[in-house]
Amino acid sequence: MSSQNKHTLSVLVENKPGVLARVSGLFSRRSFNIDSLAVGETENPDVSRITIVVNADSSPLEQVTKQLNKLVNVLKIVELDPQQSVQRELLLVKVRAERAMRSQVLETVELFRAKVIDVAPDTLTIEATGNPDKLDALLRDLEPYGIKEMVQSGLVAIGRGSRSITTGPALRAA
Amino acid sequence: MTRPTPETLANRATPATVAAASGTAVPASPTPVTGAGSLVRSLEALGVEVAFGIPGGTILPAYDPLYDSKVRHILVRHEQGAGHAATGYAQATGKVGVCIATSGPGATNLVTAIADAYMDSVPIVAITGQVSRAAIGTDAFQEADIQGITLPITKHNFLIQDPEEIPQVLAQAFHLASTGRPGPVLVDIPKDVQQAQTTFSWPPTLDLPGYRPTLHPHGKQIREAARLIAAAKRPVLYVGGGVLKAGATDGLRKLAELTGIPVVTTLMALGAFPDSHPQHLGMPGMHGTVPAVYALQKADLLVTLGARFDDRVTGQLDSFAPDAKIVHADIDPAEIGKNRHADVPIVGDARHVIDELIAAISTSATGASAYEPWWAQLNDLRERYPLGYDEPTDGTLAPQYVIERIGQLAGPDAIYVAGVGQHQMWASQFIKYEKPGTWLNSGGAGTMGYAVPAAMGAKVGRPETAVWAIDGDGCFQMTNQELATCALEGIPVKIAVINNGNLGMVRQWQTLFYEGRYSNTELGTHKHRIPDFVKLAEALGCIGLRCESKDDVDATIKAAMDITDRPVVIDFTVGKDAMVWPMVAAGTSNDEIMHARDLRPNFEEDDL
Repeated sequence: MSSQNKHTLSVLVENKPGVLARVSGLFSRRSFNIDSLAVGETENPDVSRITIVVNADSSPLEQVTKQLNKLVNVLKIVELDPQQSVQRELLLVKVRAERAMRSQVLETVELFRAKVIDVAPDTLTIEATGNPDKLDALLRDLEPYGIKEMVQSGLVAIGRGSRSITTGPALRAA
Repeated sequence: MTRPTPETLANRATPATVAAASGTAVPASPTPVTGAGSLVRSLEALGVEVAFGIPGGTILPAYDPLYDSKVRHILVRHEQGAGHAATGYAQATGKVGVCIATSGPGATNLVTAIADAYMDSVPIVAITGQVSRAAIGTDAFQEADIQGITLPITKHNFLIQDPEEIPQVLAQAFHLASTGRPGPVLVDIPKDVQQAQTTFSWPPTLDLPGYRPTLHPHGKQIREAARLIAAAKRPVLYVGGGVLKAGATDGLRKLAELTGIPVVTTLMALGAFPDSHPQHLGMPGMHGTVPAVYALQKADLLVTLGARFDDRVTGQLDSFAPDAKIVHADIDPAEIGKNRHADVPIVGDARHVIDELIAAISTSATGASAYEPWWAQLNDLRERYPLGYDEPTDGTLAPQYVIERIGQLAGPDAIYVAGVGQHQMWASQFIKYEKPGTWLNSGGAGTMGYAVPAAMGAKVGRPETAVWAIDGDGCFQMTNQELATCALEGIPVKIAVINNGNLGMVRQWQTLFYEGRYSNTELGTHKHRIPDFVKLAEALGCIGLRCESKDDVDATIKAAMDITDRPVVIDFTVGKDAMVWPMVAAGTSNDEIMHARDLRPNFEEDDL
């Protein structure tokens, strides 16, 4: 599916046990695909924020939003426009880097403003943050050296400008 | 207790207090009690009259204060019976039904009934015992993660971790179950939480910042709907169970009579509009009337009130009501546009929607005469394709006749409770419903075994009303153990077992779609008379009657009506070959409706 169908939803939920299970269960139960999901506390410890990237056309997206809104623990849902928000993922990647290759790998790290966070005789572990496109590009550049292991976080996103999610309008279809 | 910041909840509705939900006066000052005591006091404060349940290890503490409580506890024989009884009670009274079970298998036995209540949006609260907090997650004896198990089939559920929370959680559970789109709520309470010392004070504050059902429709949408109604040539009021739940039946009648628009009522809405009313075309859907199905197919406007475009109504979705614009009013925004795009979406309670539609339409002067050609078409169909059935040629008793006579003799004031299958469809077709709350069935889930316990619950809720279960011999064998409960607790329900010796609806499909290969549908209740329903009834403390011929039908029904001190079971031994008509085969278009076997109405010819 094309990236036009990807939507980033910021979901504010009560910070209570089992809320993540309610949200993720709803997605699988109603056959909606989650591309990425990240969850953490907000400035208010009673409220958690779940960032979900969902791959859906507009009509299923409306349905998923409505179903999410029905969950009693869901406080607010906002769709973040990629143009109007900052979207980031975190990538940790362990790449093969023997002496002969090391300087080239480090050059790539430099180019992407990534960081080396662990060094072993034959590998470097690199930390990078960025939007998914940047991280894909970094991985493409590192691939020829040999990626031994990688781990990626879900996407987190925040709206640009001074307005906060708590004061802006919610996404409430129909 | 969590307290989201004011900013987070900037557009939240005013927090409701429980005062509205509770009628009983109770002391406000905190009283020392156990968690179990707090639970029972909460139920009393919430005005609970009756709870259906079975005690067991982890719910034992709660049963101790229940022993002295003014809440009547009815000891059922199986937890599924408790769940359906709570549902029947809720559907017959409009109040929240309550069922109680222990942890593990007790709780999982409630699952079918909870799923059933979820599909039909019935307000019940299920209270389950749970293993002590320290044992949760250790696969302890009779442990089951009932909160996880019921996540997809409850409106919401709770696991109480702190005895102090009990009054608040109970109040929230009842509030959630009964407001907005009603539904089941489960409250799981660990044994040590029930045993712990705590305090009880009432009323608690509701803390549901994410829950704010929309009751009042948007004025602009109402005006738009009124405009479409005024412009329509072939409109239909497509009425669902939401109208009954909202108590909007008087308004519906006013709206129908004001506009002159034909009305169809779904399986969940029977009784919302009198069957005898000249504007009523009957039930739409797979076994709906030809005029009702045709009206939806040919309509240019569907005014959908508390209905959800279920596949049993629409048939093949993309050929459903192809020319109709859709006004869709529902209290649940997620229903709107789920299956069929709505041209005018209206989120709101059916009563408010209907009242405001009436107000908007009154000022825009519609004349019923505008629909004369439409009515001419529909009336012609009504005349040519009335509901009916053929007398069996093999001399057996026609099940439709039995059901029709029960309806005629017991009358429109009785409550009719059906199981699932052929008998359910015949009961929807051949009993005439004139009043709300007189037809209970398992519509969405299609739960065989629903009838006996649901009838028990209905009778407990409305003891002055005659309650007739119309059950099948297959369904009846799933839950008839609750007749022992009825006999011992003084709940004189009447059970008409429409005994055709088979899983009748499945057999019908085998006849029509599997070349008459009757794989595993013969139950032996005819051939071997196992079980003998009369003897079974007697063993369960009921009166057992049997009727095998048309001549005895009336006398048998009357004999059952004369017995008011005990439950009665009638084994109506009927023919096995009767089929439910009309029928739209599953997955096909409503245009393919068959009025009877090999008799397909030709809609094209009927077009004016």
